[in-house]
Amino acid sequence: MTSRSPSLKVTRLAYAYPDGTQALYGVDLTIERGERVALLGPNGAGKTTLVMHLNGILTAGHGTVEVAGLPVRPDTLREIRRRVGLVFQDPDDQLFMPTVREDVAFGPANLGLRGAELDRRVHDALERVGMLDAIDRPSHHLSFGQRRRVAVATVLAMEPEILVLDEPSSNLDPASRRELAEILKSLDVTVLMVTHDLPYALELCERSLIMSEGVIAADGPTRALLADERLLAEHRLELPYGFAVPAQPG
Amino acid sequence: MSAGHHHSIYRPADTPVHRLPPQCKLAAVVVFAVCVVATPRERFWAFAVDAVLLAVVAAVARIPAGLIARRMVIEVPFVLFALAIPLIGTGERVQVLGLSLSVPGLWAAWNILAKATLGVVASILLAATTEPRMMLLGAERLRLPRLLVQIATFMLRYLDVIVDQMGRMRIARESRGFVARDFRQAPVLAKSAGALFIRAYERGERVHLAMLSRGYTGEMPTIRDISATGRDWVTAGVLPCLAAVTALLAWSTT
Amino acid sequence: MHVPDGFFDVPVSVGAGVLAAAGVAASLRGAKRELDDRTAPMAGLVAAFVFAAQMLNFPVAAGTSGHLLGGALAAILVGPYTAVLCVTVVLLVQGFFFADGGLTALGVNITLMAIVTAVVGWAVFRLITRGAPRGRPALVAASFVAALVSVPASALVFTVLFWLGGTAPIELGSVAAAMGGVHLLIGIGEGLITALTVSSVLAVRPDLVYGARGMTKALTLRTAEGEVQVGSAAPEAPSAGIGLRPVLVGGAIVAVLLAGVFSFYASSAPDGLEKVAADKGLSAQEKPHAVEDGPLADYAVKGVENERLSGGLAGVVGVALTVVAGGGVFYVIRRRGRDSDGMTPAGAQ
Repeated sequence: MTSRSPSLKVTRLAYAYPDGTQALYGVDLTIERGERVALLGPNGAGKTTLVMHLNGILTAGHGTVEVAGLPVRPDTLREIRRRVGLVFQDPDDQLFMPTVREDVAFGPANLGLRGAELDRRVHDALERVGMLDAIDRPSHHLSFGQRRRVAVATVLAMEPEILVLDEPSSNLDPASRRELAEILKSLDVTVLMVTHDLPYALELCERSLIMSEGVIAADGPTRALLADERLLAEHRLELPYGFAVPAQPG
Repeated sequence: MSAGHHHSIYRPADTPVHRLPPQCKLAAVVVFAVCVVATPRERFWAFAVDAVLLAVVAAVARIPAGLIARRMVIEVPFVLFALAIPLIGTGERVQVLGLSLSVPGLWAAWNILAKATLGVVASILLAATTEPRMMLLGAERLRLPRLLVQIATFMLRYLDVIVDQMGRMRIARESRGFVARDFRQAPVLAKSAGALFIRAYERGERVHLAMLSRGYTGEMPTIRDISATGRDWVTAGVLPCLAAVTALLAWSTT
Repeated sequence: MHVPDGFFDVPVSVGAGVLAAAGVAASLRGAKRELDDRTAPMAGLVAAFVFAAQMLNFPVAAGTSGHLLGGALAAILVGPYTAVLCVTVVLLVQGFFFADGGLTALGVNITLMAIVTAVVGWAVFRLITRGAPRGRPALVAASFVAALVSVPASALVFTVLFWLGGTAPIELGSVAAAMGGVHLLIGIGEGLITALTVSSVLAVRPDLVYGARGMTKALTLRTAEGEVQVGSAAPEAPSAGIGLRPVLVGGAIVAVLLAGVFSFYASSAPDGLEKVAADKGLSAQEKPHAVEDGPLADYAVKGVENERLSGGLAGVVGVALTVVAGGGVFYVIRRRGRDSDGMTPAGAQ
């Protein structure tokens, strides 16, 4: 539990679903504090299964997951779920309470916060995503981009050690996509971002992991990975038409 | 019956009726409805008094009569039923405009029409002046089982999402030339219903995961609570108390 | 179908309210046992589905359309306890948020549309599927019959309540005949829609259908000695959750409560009932029935002097008839199913 521990350390993680389908075949990865890392890979590579292990929704069949030094175990789940903030792909799944305020308060309230401290958390989190104005609105009246920002706020309010985002740029219009990128860059938390949006990974993450067939197939600077056409093709990854990895900015 | 049915009647405004805590309003309307139902049907004046009471509430709450009238359409099936009772009812009969009508049947029709109408107007006023979210909080304050209130909360949250999905499926069906003419098309509609169920169920599972991810352990935290003062209760109590007095007077003059 | 205020007198409204509260309380406990901490989101989403499904209009014949009531469908898809909760919440929301259905009639509406349809639908469904060949045809046929029976059963309970505390002077026989006849027709539509919907879910996600749990095929292990069958890892819920017995016992309690407690209630408050009875000559001695030949015309049991007792007996007989009718259909389907579907491998669809 020292401050030196990496934010996330996954060791030889393997998992098979109850129906027998094996999804993870020994995943190893370490993410240091303050890093922003993209997790890339084709559909069916096991990305979502991996994410579900990070806060103990699925229990490892083999191997370990540690969040800031704390192993994921049934008796640590409560603390683990505070430390790992999971942002789901569909904000409608994440925003289940009647109003934005109640949604953002749900997590910290489960941690036992009440009163002024709870209010402060809710305000801070909404301010960081620029959605403070919407605090008393019903979440289903917001635009899709706004809902995704509120979804980020719901986990920020828990002051997580690491933010895990599933396809953060999906279904966003270009302006919302850029606004979200600016918000993510402004946060000083560790970020793991699962995405198919390679330019978005390049913009936001220094480092990327490529996951394929249940293992981490490549790990390195995003720029280098995306420049390696053979590597991308091998794992069914493609840059958008006309997109070239720009040269290192000065 | 489908179009717009799921849209809430709530009319936001800032009136004394709107400001009353929801639990007071809920209790007041339920007690009012019970008093109306308990009023003997022979006392026409008592129902007139009740109607005036509701009219006053509507005026204070600034709910336009048109809105109430439009919403009263929901009563129509039972109005038709009530109108049929004098025709098929038994007992002594009278001739009205050449129709042979049953006297007890006429009384019964009047009874249902009067009470159902007063009840429906009271409900409309409640729904029009109380935000759905507030209604749920009020129900919780009135000790309705918490789990039931939570189920209703989730249902209201996702109703629009699911109705939207249903609308998209309809557009998808129709854009491929589907027209529902008779029961032979029912299997296609049933497939939509089945798909809708699967989507609703799977979303329920994902919502549960999202809840777990934010520390849910089986208890929903109480984040908002609304307390009512004695004054609120007195204010809200005016309507049911007057209706109760009316009902008592009506009985005592029988 | 939502009963408004003023249709039933106060004693019956209150009595039905108590019955509804008891049924909902039992369902809260039962659903929590099955769904655990998933109850609120799952039941909430299914309630939203039921609400939406009721808006889906099915064309019946030129110009007319019907829509689903959904009690039996919900019971088959998510289990009877959760179904009762879902339909109850739908009714509460319709009553309080949309002014649909009288607030004093909520007890009656919940009893009729949530409890009776779900319990009867589930009981019939289980009766037919228990021991029937595993597989989609039997489940779909059972869904049809379950939904078909649930609607007139609900109408029958309505008639009993109406006899106890209805405010309109209509002969019980004509109410029963009209309600029974109309609702038998509605029941056919309900049965078809329910069966088609269950069938379409079974085709895509059979694991989601509560009533189909425990119907999954055993897994096969290929070993040196040949193939070995092992139990599936999938949960076998109906056995763990609800057996047939609690449902039948619950149904019996409801029937007894209706027939017994209510008659007592009504007789201790003779006002409403006596008056109605006097007004219209409820009993068989005073006036012959208008629809003597109707199937449900002789609803009051002849030869029993006390009219209240006679009606109570009639109610019990009605319940028994429903059970017998359901059982007969179940028996036939089970026999036929055995003959024709015996070779169909389970879960192959």
